[in-house]
Amino acid sequence: MATDNNAKAYWSATLGLLTKVLVIWFLVSYGAGILFADALNSFHLGGYPLGFWFAQQGSIYVFIVLIFWYASQMGKIDRKFGMQED
Amino acid sequence: MELQTTIYIFVGLSFALYLGIAFWARAGSTSEFYVAGGGVHPIANGMATAADWMSAASFISMAGLIANLGYGGAVFLMGWTGGYVLLAMLLAPYLRKFGKFTVPEFIGDRFYSKTARNVGVLCLLVASLTYIIGQMTGVGVTFARFLGVTSDQGIYIGMAIVFMYAVFGGMKGITYTQVAQYCVLIAAYLVPAFFISLNLTGNFLPQLGLGSNMAGTDVSLLSKLDQVVTELGFSEYTTTANGSLLNMFFYTVSLMIGTAGLPHVIVRFFTVPKVADARASAGWALVFIALLYTTAPAVGAMAKMNLHGTMNSAVGLTTGPAGQLRVNPDVLKANGDLYATEASLVYEERPDWMKRWEKTGLLKWEDKNADGRIQYYNDKSKNEVAKGKADAAGWKGNELTVNADIIVLANPEIAKLPNWVIALVAAGGLAAALSTAAGLLLAISSAISHDLIKGAINPGISEKGELMAGKISMAVAIFVAGYLGLNPPGFAAGTVALAFGIAASTIFPALMMGIFSKTVSDKGAIAGMLSGLFVTLFYVFAHKGLFFVKGTDFVDMVGGVNGFFGISPEAFGTVGAIINFAVAFLVSKMGAPVPRHIQELVESVRVPKGAGGATGH
Repeated sequence: MATDNNAKAYWSATLGLLTKVLVIWFLVSYGAGILFADALNSFHLGGYPLGFWFAQQGSIYVFIVLIFWYASQMGKIDRKFGMQED
Repeated sequence: MELQTTIYIFVGLSFALYLGIAFWARAGSTSEFYVAGGGVHPIANGMATAADWMSAASFISMAGLIANLGYGGAVFLMGWTGGYVLLAMLLAPYLRKFGKFTVPEFIGDRFYSKTARNVGVLCLLVASLTYIIGQMTGVGVTFARFLGVTSDQGIYIGMAIVFMYAVFGGMKGITYTQVAQYCVLIAAYLVPAFFISLNLTGNFLPQLGLGSNMAGTDVSLLSKLDQVVTELGFSEYTTTANGSLLNMFFYTVSLMIGTAGLPHVIVRFFTVPKVADARASAGWALVFIALLYTTAPAVGAMAKMNLHGTMNSAVGLTTGPAGQLRVNPDVLKANGDLYATEASLVYEERPDWMKRWEKTGLLKWEDKNADGRIQYYNDKSKNEVAKGKADAAGWKGNELTVNADIIVLANPEIAKLPNWVIALVAAGGLAAALSTAAGLLLAISSAISHDLIKGAINPGISEKGELMAGKISMAVAIFVAGYLGLNPPGFAAGTVALAFGIAASTIFPALMMGIFSKTVSDKGAIAGMLSGLFVTLFYVFAHKGLFFVKGTDFVDMVGGVNGFFGISPEAFGTVGAIINFAVAFLVSKMGAPVPRHIQELVESVRVPKGAGGATGH
């Protein structure tokens, strides 16, 4: 049973991380890039209206950071629960 | 040296490189043929994925699309990159752990059903075949433009080249060839963008240039562009959405989950050694893709600026000593009258690149008010001020039509860059088209040889026999793709919508439910995939005609073009996916529960421990 519990805890840690990543993913793309883009456009980042920047540049940079962050956090979760590859 | 000679040299050298690599990395076993032996470094795999993913359309058409759509172009930028986040987290590591060769194989095993596997093969073939038609026509057009052959001859040459390196090299050859192709295509995309950004803004990085002031002024490029296009009656560049906000939302979702569900992309993640590598590799793929995708908005906006500046001297661009476009700060700051008679370009004084592109028919001028000058504005504008000014100036309609595809291909000519840059762009466009075609062909051939022949027709086939079957089906697939490229069913524009819609509404939900749910059963998955497929096909055909035959559209049945909340057919994959999920859960609830050993399979897929190399059995 111990291994079963361990597997369960591993999976819920994984899902917890997934939720965090997906929330950020949603906020920068659909949130800042689409739903609130108009409101954000009244702010500027250099010569970029902010909503436009998120839609055409910013969300992509955040996506990259998100994947690498996710990969490194997953590596930690793997090791914590002894689930890493040999 | 002559431009044409330089192009021959660049294209010839790049092809020699690809074929050399294919020979060096030729496949000897099914494992090497399908998953490159499973030993590809995550960074190399990232580059190969990026080349695989960025098609002729990304390379040639996307910047033009963004230039036309402005802010609304974000659906492509976010949709085609955000999918990698989903891929990295929801699919790639788990499918890598599952450790088989193909996507239908996972669907068949997880849903313990040959029918589910065959439905998976069907969806994969429809998605990949529709996608490849566009690639082959792209190969034909690019060869025709740069090598001076006909478009048909271009397709034959393309078929021969893909045949040589894809059939002999398999996944191993394709992967390393694509690494080389990525380098060629990204260099070809960035070099002209650097020059143009430097000319317009003084900042050579296009990503920063797009957010900078025009050189020598304190007016930002985007605000200047907004001002010029709205004055000429076009919609504002930085705010105009692509349809309604709801449509933009659905469109982006559809492209994201479609990207994550496209089989030729997923298969890439079977080629890395470890589960952890599959996660990081998606990140590397996105880094390499983002190099092009964050440059494209700058290329689009700057090309639009250059075009307006060339046609209308009141914009404030002028020709520098070497012939390249430069900012004229005083004119630009003065915000002169765009409707002044002398502002419009005199046709006889047009630059050489316009003469060259007029020959291709992609750029046209028609002197509607017979004044010998080019008036370029939006004559269908709802902007009364712009309309009034145009009427007062005696303009009788827009006189210039520009095909959006010109923007990337003509960019170096517009900016008067050296011949080697133009030759590089030619080689890059071909690399983009060929690499994607090769990746798609491999996905198709493995579905046929591995999933149909070995999986359903002749399970006892030897490895040697399967390898031969793989090569033969690849060869057949090349001929089918070439035939479809030569005789495109007349719907090139609709095909991409269909490919993404099907991947989004069938493959992505099936894979997700297979990994994240232990309760979705065989019947649930089959019913879900079929209903997602049907609903998406129904809606796309409603708008574009039954099997894209003109005149057979039945758009009134779905409430007209603006029916169903104004969602465009390209965005409808999202609705198909929602229906797929809902049907699958409902049907699973009603039927028998998932067997114990399948639940254990799902549990083992979820943990990286014990992942071996990818195998066929």
